[in-house]
Amino acid sequence: METGITLDSYLIVSAVLFTLGVVGVITRRNAIVILMSIEMMLNAANLSLVALSAYMGDITGQIFVFFVMTVAAAEVAVGLAIVLALFRNKQTIYVDDVNILKW
Amino acid sequence: MLLDRIRFIVIVETGLLGLTYHAWLFYLLAALAIGAGVGTITRKNPVTSAFFLILHFIFLAGLYASLHAHLLAVMQVLVYAGAIMVLVLFVIMLLNLGKEPESQQSEQVVIRKIAGYSFSAVMLVMVGLAALLSMDKGNTMMTTMADNVDTLGTAESIGAEMFTTYLFPFEAVSLLLLAAVAGSILLAKKRLMN
Repeated sequence: METGITLDSYLIVSAVLFTLGVVGVITRRNAIVILMSIEMMLNAANLSLVALSAYMGDITGQIFVFFVMTVAAAEVAVGLAIVLALFRNKQTIYVDDVNILKW
Repeated sequence: MLLDRIRFIVIVETGLLGLTYHAWLFYLLAALAIGAGVGTITRKNPVTSAFFLILHFIFLAGLYASLHAHLLAVMQVLVYAGAIMVLVLFVIMLLNLGKEPESQQSEQVVIRKIAGYSFSAVMLVMVGLAALLSMDKGNTMMTTMADNVDTLGTAESIGAEMFTTYLFPFEAVSLLLLAAVAGSILLAKKRLMN
């Protein structure tokens, strides 16, 4: 099916979104924003899976996106529980202030 | 009526300014998704970040729809923009966080900023090179979508594959969700006994 957009365009957008997620994880201090940046990286990977699935005519990529979404939901639930426990014990969610595991 | 019909044919069949309507949709949604992503990682207030992320997920759902992955587009809005982001916003508001306080310019903070920006610079240079290379049609992997893309992303075809070939992973995921439920309750509970 001719659409005027090549697979490369979708993969480039996916790479840019993944970069944004990595920069968010590295530069931000708020643990919840870091979790959101991780979600953005997972979604960038999802986009390239769906694009490859559509251009190659193979359903497997889209099935895989379903499993990624499930794992992401589980990850957010556990991550936010950890953030809550952290806030209860240390009254902060800024990752700078949490360094007791450091040598 | 006839004029509208002609205009529709001109815009949809041959495209506006040499781009098909699909290409217009793609560029619009991609730009909006990237813009919302930048908003997510730059805003100081976590609630603003979360709302930008919701926008980002909705634009991404549009990109899925442009790839004929209709079921995934619906799932993206329901699961990500709906369920997951409600949970995130709920926790942000429960903790009642304001703006991120200005960090003291410690050595660690400076190193992290430099690492983040140099990584993004390297990645953007690589993406730019890839974009330049893909300008030449000879270098692109695939220029057209598969012929069966219309029927690929429907609930019917995904369900048929999911409950036959991928039945075991599907059941295994339910175990993962159970573990996540138990784990998050355990982590978030104040006291385990009484």
